[in-house]
Amino acid sequence: MDFLLSQREELLRKSVREFAEAEIPPKIEAMEKTGEFPTELLEPMARLGITGIIAPLEYGGVGLGYLARTIALEELGRVCAAIPMGMQVHHMAIAALNDFGTDEQKQKYIPPLAKGDTMGVVAVTEPSGGSDVVGMQATAELKEDKWILNGRKCFITNSHTSDFWIVIAKTAEGAKGLSAFIVEKNHPGAKTGRVEHKIGLRGANTGELVFDNCEIPKENILGQEGGGLAVALKTVSESGRTGMAATALGIINACLEEAARFASERVLYGKPISSLQAISFYLAEIYTELDICRLLCYRASWMKDQNMRCDTENAMAKSYTCDAAVRCARKAVEIHGAYGILQEYKVQRLLRDAMVTVPAGGTGEIGKVVLARAALAPYRKKK
Amino acid sequence: MKRMIVCVKPVPDPNAWDRLQMDPVSKTLIREGIPSVINPLDKHAVEAALKMKDLFGAEVILLSMAPVDAQPVLREVLAMGADRAVLLSDKAFAGSDTLATARILAQGIRNIGEFDLIFCGNFTLDGSTAQVPSQVAEFLDIPNVMHVCDMDILKTESLLLTQKIEQGTVKLEAEPPLLLSFTKEANKPRYISFMEILAAEKREIHIWDNAILNIDETLIGLKGSPTQMADLLLQPKQRKGIRLTGNPEEIARELADKIHQLGII
Repeated sequence: MDFLLSQREELLRKSVREFAEAEIPPKIEAMEKTGEFPTELLEPMARLGITGIIAPLEYGGVGLGYLARTIALEELGRVCAAIPMGMQVHHMAIAALNDFGTDEQKQKYIPPLAKGDTMGVVAVTEPSGGSDVVGMQATAELKEDKWILNGRKCFITNSHTSDFWIVIAKTAEGAKGLSAFIVEKNHPGAKTGRVEHKIGLRGANTGELVFDNCEIPKENILGQEGGGLAVALKTVSESGRTGMAATALGIINACLEEAARFASERVLYGKPISSLQAISFYLAEIYTELDICRLLCYRASWMKDQNMRCDTENAMAKSYTCDAAVRCARKAVEIHGAYGILQEYKVQRLLRDAMVTVPAGGTGEIGKVVLARAALAPYRKKK
Repeated sequence: MKRMIVCVKPVPDPNAWDRLQMDPVSKTLIREGIPSVINPLDKHAVEAALKMKDLFGAEVILLSMAPVDAQPVLREVLAMGADRAVLLSDKAFAGSDTLATARILAQGIRNIGEFDLIFCGNFTLDGSTAQVPSQVAEFLDIPNVMHVCDMDILKTESLLLTQKIEQGTVKLEAEPPLLLSFTKEANKPRYISFMEILAAEKREIHIWDNAILNIDETLIGLKGSPTQMADLLLQPKQRKGIRLTGNPEEIARELADKIHQLGII
C-alpha cells in the first residue's frame, strides 16, 4: 500500500497553490459583496488546466483523473472555496457529456468547457427538492423534431455563468421516465431566473433556470430517452460528491492554517494561546480531521481513476468531510475568540462556506442513506 | 536566436529557513531534511528564456550544478516549458566556491555547444554573493549584463536591456552572445500548466560528471576554491519596539525621520 503522491501530483498541487495564492485573494472581497463568480479567472484557470482537468485530450482537455482533480480543488478551496464549488460543478457537466454524450455532442460541448469559454451546469434540483429525483416536476415532450421542456430548476450552481445546461426532466412516469437534455441558453423559452444570495460560498453563482415551452432540438437529448436517472446519479455520485468533498477539504486546510497561526501569535497570560491545553486540543482535532478527510477524499478519487465502483466511498467522503469542515471551522472561529466573528478574519468565511457544503451536491443525510445501505447489505435477507 | 541556456540552482526552501542549522565545524549549512526549491530569481531567468522560445522557437536548456537528488527540482523547472536539462554532478565538484562553480558551469556550457544567450538569476538565496554569473561570463569571454529588470528584442535581433542601478535605471543595447542576470522586476514567471507537467515527464535530464567535463581536479571542488571561510554567524532576528511620545504632529514627524534614517524611503 502506497500513500505517497507521485511527483506529478505533487507538482500539480504546487502549481495550483501558487496560482491560487496569487490570483484569487484580490477577487474575494468582490465575490463576497456581489455573490458573483469571477469569470475573468476562467481563462487563466484554463491555461493552467483546471477547467479541463478531467476532459479527454481529444476534446481540448488535459486528460488527468479524479485524484488530480481532487488535489486541484482542495488547493483552490484552501484559498477560497467558492472557486472550486463553481469548478466542481463545471467538471460534473464535462463528466456527464463524456460518459453519456454522442461524439457530435462531445465535439460541440466539451471543448468550450475545457477551454473555460463557459461554465458547466448539471440541473437536477427543483423547488420541491433535489434528493427525490424521481419526484421531479419538469417535463419534456417530443413534438415533431423538438423536445418541449417545461418547469423550473433551482439551487443550480453556475446557472447564470453558463451558455448551456444539462437538464434532467420527466419524459414519462417513474424512475425510467427521466431523460437528460443539453439546453442552450438561447433556445426559445429558456431563461435564467432569480439569483440566490447564500450565506457562504458567495462567489459561486447559484440561481434558477426557467423553461417555458422551451424548444430543444431532438438530437440534444443526452444519453437514452428514459436514461436521465442514470445521468443524474452517476454524475452526482461519482463527480459531484467527490468535488464537493474536495471543496470542503480545502476549507479544512484553511481552518488548520488560520487557527494554528492565530494560536501561535495571540498572547494571553504571557504565552501564546497555543500553549493552553484547551486550544491545543482543538488544534489536534482539526489536524486529525484534515488527515481523515484527505484520506477519504483521495481514496474515493483514486478508486474512480481505477474504474472501481466508488459511490459508497464518495458518499462517505462527501458526508464526512463536509460535516468535518463545519466542525473544524467552528473550532477555528472559537480559537479566534471575538476576532473570529469579525469580517476581517478569514475564519468566519470558512464557517459560512462550510455550512453551504453540507446540503450541496447531495445532502449529508442522503450520503448517510447510501452508507447505511452499504453497511446493512451483508445482513439483508434474501426475498 | 536558436539556443538559450539557463543556469538554475536548487536552494533550501525559504519557508523552511527557521529549521536551517549550521555545521559549527565546516561552517556549511546542514541541508538534510530541508526541502529544496529552485532559486526564486532563477524563475525570472527561465521566464526570460521561455519568451525567446515563444518568439523565435529557440531551444531552452537548463544547466545546474547540484547533487543527483536535485532532479525533481529540475523536473519542476522543465515543467515551466524548458526543453531539456543538464545536471553537472560529481563528488569532485563538492565544496566548490563561486570561482570553481563558475569554472564548472562554463565547462558545462562549452560542452552543450553553441548558444545565443545565457540567463541567470541575479543572485541565489543561499549564498547571495552574485559572483557566479560574472565569473561564468569571464570564463566564456562574453559580456555580462547584471541587474536586468527589463528586456526587449529589437528588430535587428539585438536586445534592449534595462539595468537596475542604485538610483535609477540604465538602458543599453547589446548583441548576443551575452550572459544576462535578472532581477525579480524583469517579468512574472509563468505558472506551471498541467499539460507542461505531463510533457516534462518525457523531457531529458542529462547527468554529466567530471569524466565528461574533464576539468583539472585541482581547479574545482575544495582544492580549486581560493575562498576560505573565516567564520559564519547566525544573525539573531529581534524586534524591538520604540514608543514615540508627543502630539500627533510631533509623532508623525519623528516617525518620518526614523523611516528616512533607516533608508526605507
